[in-house]
Amino acid sequence: MATRHDTAAPLAQEGGAAPVRPPAAPTEAERRRRARLSRRWQRDIKWSPYGFISPFFVLFLAFGLFPLVYTGWASLHTVELTAPTDMQWAGLHNYTRIFGDDFFWNAAKNTLTIGIISTVPQLLMAMGLAHILNYRLRASTFYRVVMLAPYATSIAAASLVFVLLFGRDYGMINWALHFVGVGHIDWQNDKWPSQIAVSSIVIWRWTGYNALIYLAAMQAIPQDLYESAALDGASRWRQFVHVTLPQLRPTILFTCVVSTIGASQLFGEPLIFDANKGASGGAEHQFQTLGLYLYEQGWVNQHLGRASAIAWTMFLILIVIGIVNYVISRRLRASS
Amino acid sequence: MTTTLTKPSEAVEPKRARRSKSARAGGTMHAGPIAYTILVLFSIGSLFPLVWTAIAASRNNNRLAETPPPFWFGGNLFHNLDVAWNEANLGQAFLNTTIVAGISAITIVVLSTIAGFAFAKLRFRGRNILMLTVIGTMMVPPQLSIIPLYMMVAKLNWADQLQAVIFPSLVSAFGVFFMRQYLIQALPDELIEAARVDGASSWRVVWHIVFPAARPAMAVLGMLMFVQAWNDFLWPFLVLTQTGNPTVQVALAGLGRGYTPDQSLIMAGALLGTLPLLLVFAIFGKQIVGGIMQGAVKG
Repeated sequence: MATRHDTAAPLAQEGGAAPVRPPAAPTEAERRRRARLSRRWQRDIKWSPYGFISPFFVLFLAFGLFPLVYTGWASLHTVELTAPTDMQWAGLHNYTRIFGDDFFWNAAKNTLTIGIISTVPQLLMAMGLAHILNYRLRASTFYRVVMLAPYATSIAAASLVFVLLFGRDYGMINWALHFVGVGHIDWQNDKWPSQIAVSSIVIWRWTGYNALIYLAAMQAIPQDLYESAALDGASRWRQFVHVTLPQLRPTILFTCVVSTIGASQLFGEPLIFDANKGASGGAEHQFQTLGLYLYEQGWVNQHLGRASAIAWTMFLILIVIGIVNYVISRRLRASS
Repeated sequence: MTTTLTKPSEAVEPKRARRSKSARAGGTMHAGPIAYTILVLFSIGSLFPLVWTAIAASRNNNRLAETPPPFWFGGNLFHNLDVAWNEANLGQAFLNTTIVAGISAITIVVLSTIAGFAFAKLRFRGRNILMLTVIGTMMVPPQLSIIPLYMMVAKLNWADQLQAVIFPSLVSAFGVFFMRQYLIQALPDELIEAARVDGASSWRVVWHIVFPAARPAMAVLGMLMFVQAWNDFLWPFLVLTQTGNPTVQVALAGLGRGYTPDQSLIMAGALLGTLPLLLVFAIFGKQIVGGIMQGAVKG
């Protein structure tokens, strides 16, 4: 077996007890061969990590970073959908155009409200579910898999079903509501009902997934913390508030960030939910999100430059959210 | 939670097997009837829209325009499935989606395993900053890149061709992160060192040690990425058309947004598009749940 002197030799010398190879003077040829091998060895150690990560990074540069930057460049140009490679310099015109458009602000507001309506109940329910799933349960795997079934359902399929369930005249939900005396709600055309309906698709698809993430984090909490809390006489509820929640803080922040990003790019649900089959998010843009607005500007009105400006505005908003999140988590960590 | 029985022995009980893999921290109390009730309600909520899809798909359009809505299966299922299959171009769509999701999942798994190994176990200059870049890109939404990608597709004349969807789907920062997290704890340093001492090159280490050690995580990541690629909507919707070369999601959107007023047909399409993944989840549910939870720890 070929031993490498740079890794194996020191061991043998330190140990002393192991049968050391006699230090016979190597021939000149042998020494050169070893030096060459050693050089190749060093090169391998030094450069192979870059070889391992480069396929990922090359693809990432081509399909992730470059398009991201190029979107910014395109946002400063007039680009038509019909001739996407023909760009004319426009300066900040696209941005002023958007900021002067009421529908942009409407879409921004809708994204925010739909984001809140979909994210807050979703994460709260996920937390409660995770807490229950963390009990000793019969058939616990069954419940976990069932709760993941919506996650396996695509946005398109889920939205198509929810359109029917939320139908104004014959929908299951209005039918169920009439038993409690709620009249026909127009889930398509009224502003808040339509936003709630779109949000409910998101909630349905993601609650179980988030519950599993919380559950995983709960299971990683050391048992000792609960033991000492119990010894101190803390009730179940106080244990949850004072042990579970603080321990889950990084996970909660993580899910908040991921859900925020998901909410900020909401597209398929409002697109398919719209009974008018347009991209305006309802007849009066009542549930048009920024993602949908981007699509409408770029692919319906055929202004790719303007769509790029919307994309970059969204990006900047996300960066701000990211910074705020970072500051909050720093504060929280510092205070604990 | 007020529902659980407060056993006096509780504070003492968890002493055994503390922190062993199966001992679930905080999970030592048994669930009471209220907990089960909530779980059952949530399970019904999760499954009801899916079951109702099948019910609606088995009726006809007139029945869906009556009150009360149907609660049980009618006799129209196979007829609707047949028509939806043809109308939405679903045969082509299934083939296309399988190709796209398969290539995407396999490529992501292989590239992520190699890169994840480098980030987990090798020392090199710039490692931390590059890893931070990877984590940062997990946060960048895909909408930011669709316009230049669309321009590329136009330039290359790739509209309605599968490679337009395949190429951008080959990278996943999440995959790299996931494999790194797994390999940090699943791959002992000694194993790599032993192979090194035996004179194995880095590529041999990857082939003979990393891949075998990473196999469970690779399977999980592969399934997650397959699901993601299968359900991907925005980008395929922009570059593929329903009548030409759709993926399943594009075909479904086309069915819903087309001028077919027949809701039972639309539901039949939705059912067809969802069934394959539901089957996968029914069979591999346990592994997928495990994978999601594994990827979550750390956060």
